Amino acid sequence: MIQVLAFYLFAAVVIASAVFVILSRNPVHSVLWLILAFFNAAGLMVLVGAEFIAMLLVIVYVGAVAVLFLFVVMMLDIDFASMRAGFIRNLPLGVAVAVILLAELLLVVGAYGAGGIDIGTADGSRATPLGLSNIEALGALLYTEYILLFEIAGIILLVAMIGAIVLTFQPPKPGARGRQDVGKQIARRPEEATIMKDPEYGKGVEL
Amino acid sequence: MISAGIGIEHYLTVGAILFVLGVLGIFLNRKNVIVILMAIELILLAVNINLVAFSAFMGDLVGQVFAMLVLTVAAAEAAIGLAILFIYFRGHGTIAVDDVNRMKG
Repeated sequence: MIQVLAFYLFAAVVIASAVFVILSRNPVHSVLWLILAFFNAAGLMVLVGAEFIAMLLVIVYVGAVAVLFLFVVMMLDIDFASMRAGFIRNLPLGVAVAVILLAELLLVVGAYGAGGIDIGTADGSRATPLGLSNIEALGALLYTEYILLFEIAGIILLVAMIGAIVLTFQPPKPGARGRQDVGKQIARRPEEATIMKDPEYGKGVEL
Repeated sequence: MISAGIGIEHYLTVGAILFVLGVLGIFLNRKNVIVILMAIELILLAVNINLVAFSAFMGDLVGQVFAMLVLTVAAAEAAIGLAILFIYFRGHGTIAVDDVNRMKG
């Protein structure tokens, strides 16, 4: 019974926060609603026993992606009010597409629930084998049979990281204040940087 | 694992609603690229929910492996998208995407 309650709670909150993500006037609020949606989606995944994916969702999405969004939203100084100009104009078309899409998807789900196609049993075998934790089972699968997929995922992340750095990197302007030229600093010798003077008492030094 | 009353249909319905909300978000916020990127994240989240639900339903862990790959691609996409957004903003001082028609695509 508690699972049913938890499912409906998580599902209701994830849908409500998704609505606020797309309707919120302030993008910072949108990001915060997105974080709430991710947390509740993670809850939904824990309910079916996918603990590892739920944990990844919290760590990667909430910890990295949402914070990245928040950084960018706060760094860009934009008048977001003017961005809302086309909102009402796009509303009828958007709602029409959304209604059609949702009706089709619900039709698919309903047809599936009616039992036309037999591709599995809900109360039969479980995804995680008995006696193993979800992470153990997933690791045993991921590091053996799907090692190529895992490596490709790593390469994708590496390429994305290098790409983001290359895109946003600005080479320092020559002669800009505060820039250090390390080679120049190391090449500097005491003989050319200092001069020894022995001024008389009461007189200054002419440079 | 799941008690009686909650089946795969419930999960698929949540996934469908999230997906539709993501598409609707792209339509409604045509001018604001940041919200469009967030809507894409919502769509990918719906895909992940479907993958995990089917993985639990079929008794096959491969669905969760693929959910991980989707998560990776989503993270990479967000990073690259925000980087492009950032250089566009640096050059133009705005992120209004309906002005982006230089390439006449």
